[in-house]
This record gives sequence, structure tokens and C-alpha cells, in this order.
Amino acid sequence: MNGFFDIPSDLQHSWAGLIGLHLREALLPVAAGLLLALPLALLCNRFRWLYPPVLGVTTMLYAVPSLAFFVVLIDYTGQTELTVMIPLALYSLVVLVPAIADGVRSVPDETLSAATAMGFGPVRRYLQVQLPIAAPAIIAGLRVATASSISLVSVGALIGNQGALGNLLAAAQKYDRPELAANAVVTTAVLAILCDAALVALRRALTPWMPRSGRERTAAPREELLTKGAAR
Amino acid sequence: MNVLNFVQAFFSDGAHWHGYDGIPTRFLEHVRYAALALAIAAAIGLPVGLLTGHTGRGGNAIAFVANAARALPSFGLLVLAVLLIGFGLLPVMIPLVVLAVPPILVTTYEAVRTVDPAPVDAARGMGMRESRILFRVEVPVALPLILSGLRSAAIQIVSTATIAAYVSLGGLGRYIIDGLYQRNYEKVVGGATLVALLALVTLALFWAVGRLAVSPGVRRR
Amino acid sequence: MTLTAKSSRSRTRLHGATAVALAAAAALLTGCSSGDTSDNPLDGGKAEAGTVVVGSNNFAESTLLADIYGEALRAKGLKVSYKHNIGSRETTYGLMKNGSVTVLPEYNGSLLAYLDAKAEQTSADAVNEAVKAKLDKQLTLLESSPAEDKDSVSVNAATAKKYGLTAESTLADLKEAAPELVIGGSPEFQTRQQGLKGLESVYGLKFKNFKALDAGGPLTQAALAQNEVQAADVFTTDPAIVKEKFVVLKDPENLFGFANVTPLVRKDGLPQEGVEALNAVSAKLDTKTLLDLDAQVQLEKKDPLDVAKAWLKSAGLG
Repeated sequence: MNGFFDIPSDLQHSWAGLIGLHLREALLPVAAGLLLALPLALLCNRFRWLYPPVLGVTTMLYAVPSLAFFVVLIDYTGQTELTVMIPLALYSLVVLVPAIADGVRSVPDETLSAATAMGFGPVRRYLQVQLPIAAPAIIAGLRVATASSISLVSVGALIGNQGALGNLLAAAQKYDRPELAANAVVTTAVLAILCDAALVALRRALTPWMPRSGRERTAAPREELLTKGAAR
Repeated sequence: MNVLNFVQAFFSDGAHWHGYDGIPTRFLEHVRYAALALAIAAAIGLPVGLLTGHTGRGGNAIAFVANAARALPSFGLLVLAVLLIGFGLLPVMIPLVVLAVPPILVTTYEAVRTVDPAPVDAARGMGMRESRILFRVEVPVALPLILSGLRSAAIQIVSTATIAAYVSLGGLGRYIIDGLYQRNYEKVVGGATLVALLALVTLALFWAVGRLAVSPGVRRR
Repeated sequence: MTLTAKSSRSRTRLHGATAVALAAAAALLTGCSSGDTSDNPLDGGKAEAGTVVVGSNNFAESTLLADIYGEALRAKGLKVSYKHNIGSRETTYGLMKNGSVTVLPEYNGSLLAYLDAKAEQTSADAVNEAVKAKLDKQLTLLESSPAEDKDSVSVNAATAKKYGLTAESTLADLKEAAPELVIGGSPEFQTRQQGLKGLESVYGLKFKNFKALDAGGPLTQAALAQNEVQAADVFTTDPAIVKEKFVVLKDPENLFGFANVTPLVRKDGLPQEGVEALNAVSAKLDTKTLLDLDAQVQLEKKDPLDVAKAWLKSAGLG
């Protein structure tokens, strides 16, 4: 029982099972965050005064270390996946709201006027013109949120087997089996890279008008936002 | 149950203010871990970023390294490092440095590379040596962006250094981990508050450094 | 059997009568004739009906014991699910109370110290009585096994040599040395009576520093072996004690009391055959057996579930 793929029985999942669990625990919060961020960003652009406080609140939430967040939530949501996913969804807002808001705002006025002249209402204009043009920026945000989420799920291991692949880390320590930790690190990293590649592919599919080759040049100045993440 | 009550209870408990588990000790430990990790990451990221940014070569390699480093989970690296290396500061420095190098490296590279070529060409025309061009022309112009990369790295380190407590080290994470196992919300919430506070202090510090170090001509843009 | 247990049993019987009637009615209505015992309504319908949730704390022996309990229950046809590696007693006790966990391997005296820091621990029976008196009304202890695994303060070989400590030395002998020593233990050791608090109040030991490690796991063993800490909370069943030549200090004041492996269960969560199954486990589990099973998991790196199943089989319980 000390092979790379010999998962201890107390984790109650196979290696593939842990991967599935990890993806669910990491990606559902990002999806929830996106659903929440879309209207929030719309509101922030409609009412400019709203943007600073929204950014402030999300940044404050982001400054709370994930483990502290989990521990406090245990009382309300128990030692469940939900306890891990709620903070991750909130964290994703700090990246997604500005990514969407700034992306949408960068749509040129002429374009908007043209849409209005074509008889688009505000909602239709937002969904059919602004969002598609902002797609590269939004996906850049999603890439960061996803990478961060995938890394952070592991910390859930500390609140009782809720960390998917992270549970391997706790088990590695409990049974003194470093190969399990190596498995967790490598698998998590590969998941992060694959998800990132999928998002890049999605961007290319969504924005056929953009050049296919060349480096991602979405966001050098936004690096401060886009590099947020990793396990805290 | 009110989070603010816990915060208040935590900070008003005299026992939390002295000794090896006191707030001053834990705070300084945390600052020490964070400062050391930032220094190491900067020592790696800044020179490489400046050099590649100046020559404009190696951008793809940097993007690759940065993406790979970002994919590595900090908590996993920490546990793995402790299991393989044992106790001490080194296993904690590994995940923190891996975390901090990408933002520093990528921003520095982008900052230097995107400096307006006109003044750079002018400097070159005046016969300035390459190293002088880098440090007298490019770096001052790129400084705000370089600092933003360092700031982003610092904030992430401050927040992530809490996991050091999982492997028996000190720092503010001690309160969060101990609070979890002792079922003591006061400690968890107090520790989280201190971490957030330290993040704010870090922001303020970088703002001040920016005010002092960035030339007024650049700042106004 | 004790008073509390008896009253709980009679209450279960009462539940039983109602339940049997209900089950009969249900069977009539649906025309179903399956005799599936796992759907036994005796468990009071908490959480998923009929499922016994066996929990464990975050150390290897707890996982192993939970597997033993769970598989013993399964062998009786009960439906079992596991909730492993939850955390410390401070957390698991709350989960027992709110019904998310039905059965948990516990250590009687350690549980008593958690429930009542001042309690005297004179005999194993008295301890169990005291625990039952202090327990939440929904919970009770089943019969204790002779297998004992205590917390202990152990020092590493170098420290023992330096301060002349032997297997005959007591915690009181550590008084002079303590201010020069770093002691390690789980984070909860720092605030427990059976931890720093009791060491100071009972033996007057004040250590130089406390280093938070894990609950008697590899981190603790490594820290003590590498002299990161000079003394540590080591479980007395830890195979590392022999391997690393740690010296376990005697505890004449009985601070660490009794620590017999005992199932803590929700009264409404376990049918009678489950109670009997766990009592049968307790009857067969002694310290030597536990040491051996621990060594299989911790030294030979066997999977705890396999170890649990093999032992139950060999003991005629599986």
C-alpha cells in the first residue's frame, strides 16, 4: 500500500473520483461567481458610484484567508463541500467583477451607438454586443479565478476530508506517505493547466475575429488583479 | 453570533498580547516569513524580468514558467516539501516563492518591454551603455508597474503564509489552525483579522514607496 | 450495564414497538416482503434513514478504529457510511450532538477530561459512569475495551540522557528541566486539561515553548526524533516509541487518566444488534492487539480498512 495511486480507503474515493470531486468543488464556485458577477458588473457600469464599494467589499472578503472562512462557515453549512465552495465563489468575484466591468466599459461608444440605432434595448445590447466584445477580458478573468479555485480546494482537507485531491495531502501526512502528496501536487497542476487550455480554446471559439497566434496580451496592466489567487 | 464580538473578545484578552503565542510574536513571525519570501522571489524575478524585458527576448519562456508556477498548489507544495525536507523555514519558503515569482517576473518583463521606445532610442543615440539605458531610462518609467507586481506578490504571500502553521511553524496562521482544532472562533476570527490588517499595511507601504520612488513626471501620466 | 444504558435500551424498545407496527403497516401497504435489516427504523430516522454514520478523528488509529466499528456493523447487515478525518474531539463532539455522526471511537478518560476538566479518574468503570453523567442526553458510551491508548508526555533519547530520565521517571521529575524544553503536541493539546493546562496545574510544569504539531502522528514523531521538540504528546500505542527509543514519563497523579477505546454512540442511531456488535468488538480488543494493528497501518503502511477487516475476520466478528 505505498504506490503512487494507492489511495487510502478513508478518503472513500478512487483517484479518478477525487479528480471529479476536485473539478466540481473548484469549477462550480467559479460558475456561481460568474453568474453573480455579470449582473453586479452591469450595475457597476450603470451606476458608477457603485463600483468602488463593490470592489472594496470583494477585496475585503478576498483578504480573509480561506481556512478562516471555512472554519467560520462550518457552523452554518457543516463540514460539507458547500463550506468550501462558498468562499471560493466569493473569491472569484474579486477577479471577475472588474474583469467584466472593465471589459464591458472598453467597448467603444460608436459601437454602442450603432447597436442602439439598430434598435437594441439595454439588456439585449449588453448580452449581444457588450459581452461578446468583452469576452477576451472576461475569459482572462475566468482563467485566473479557475486556477486560483483549483489550488484553493485543497485547503478544504483541513476541515475533514473536504479538499478532494487535497485530502491526499492530509493522508500523506497522516500515514507518512510523501508519494501521495506528490500525486496531489502533480494532478492538481495538470488539472489547472488543462482547464486553462480549455478556457483559451473557448476564447478562440468565441472571438473568431481575433488573431489566433501570438501571446496572450490581454492584461499586462491588470496583472495586479489577474495574479490574485493561489492557496492562502 | 457576531463576528465583531469575536474580534473584540480576541483583542481584549490580555493573554493574547504576550509570550510565544502573543500577537506581537506571531505578527513579527508572519512579517519575517513574508519579507524573506518576497526578498527571495524579488531576487529571482526582478533581474530575470529586467533582462528579458530590456532585450525583449524570452517572453514565451516567461509566460510558460509563470503559468506552470501558477498551476502548482501552494498547500500541496508545502506538505510535499515538509515530508521530503523536514522541519524549518525552507519548506515554507518553497511554496511562497513559487507563488510570488510569477507576478513579479511577468509584470517586470511587461513593464520594461512596453516602455515607450522613443526615449530609449534617444538614450541609445546619446551613446548610453545598455545597462545605463535600463536603469536610467527604462526602469524609472516602468517603476509603477514593477511595483504593482511586487505589491501583488506581497499581498499573496501575506495571505498564504498562514498555511505555515499547518506544519508547526508560527505566524498569524497559528491562530487560525489552533482555533480550528480547539474550536475557538475568537482565535480564528482574530487571526483572520490580523492577516487582513497586515495585507492593508502592505498595501499602504507600497503606496508610500510608490509616492517616494516614482518620479513625479512618470506618476502624472 | 449501567443505569443510563438500561434506560436508553428500554426507550429503544419502546421505539421498537412503534417502529415494528409502522414497518408492518408499510409492508402491507406496499406489498413488499423484503427483509432488509438496513432499513430498520429503530435508528429513529435521523439523517439518511437507516444509515449508521461512523466518524473518525484526524489520526491514523482513529481511522482504524472507525473502520473496525463500521465493518463490524456491516457484518450485522447494517447500512454504514463513514465520515473520516473530521478533526479534533472539540469538533467531533459537536457533530455527534447534532446528529451528523452516529458512532465515534473514543477514549473514555480523555472524553471525560474534555467534558469535565476537574474530574478525578480512579477506575475505568467510574470514568465511564462519570462520562455518561456528563454526556449530552442524546449520547452514550457503550462498553469499554481493555485496549488502552493514552496521551503521554514522552521525551527523546537525547533529552532523557541529558536530564537523567529513565522509564522509571515521572512527570514530576521534569520540573527542573521543563523551562529549558520545547514541548510539542496537537494544537488542541495547548488548551486541554490533558495537555499544557493540566501539566502546569497538576505537575507545575512550565515549558519554554509549545510547538503545535499533529495528533500523535508522523509530524510529532519526526519533531521529537529530530529534537525540534524535546518532549511531546505521544500516544502510548505509537510504534515510534520503541523504534525511536522515546522515554514515556510516568503519570502518578493520573492526569492522563484512563484511555480505554470505547464507542461513543447516539442513543437513537444504533439498533440493538449494532450495540451488541460494538460491545463484541470491545470485548476482543486489547492493548496488544491495538498495538499490532497500529503497527500494520503506521509501519507496514497497510490500508486501515484492510487491517480492520482482517482482524474482524480473525476475531470471528467479520
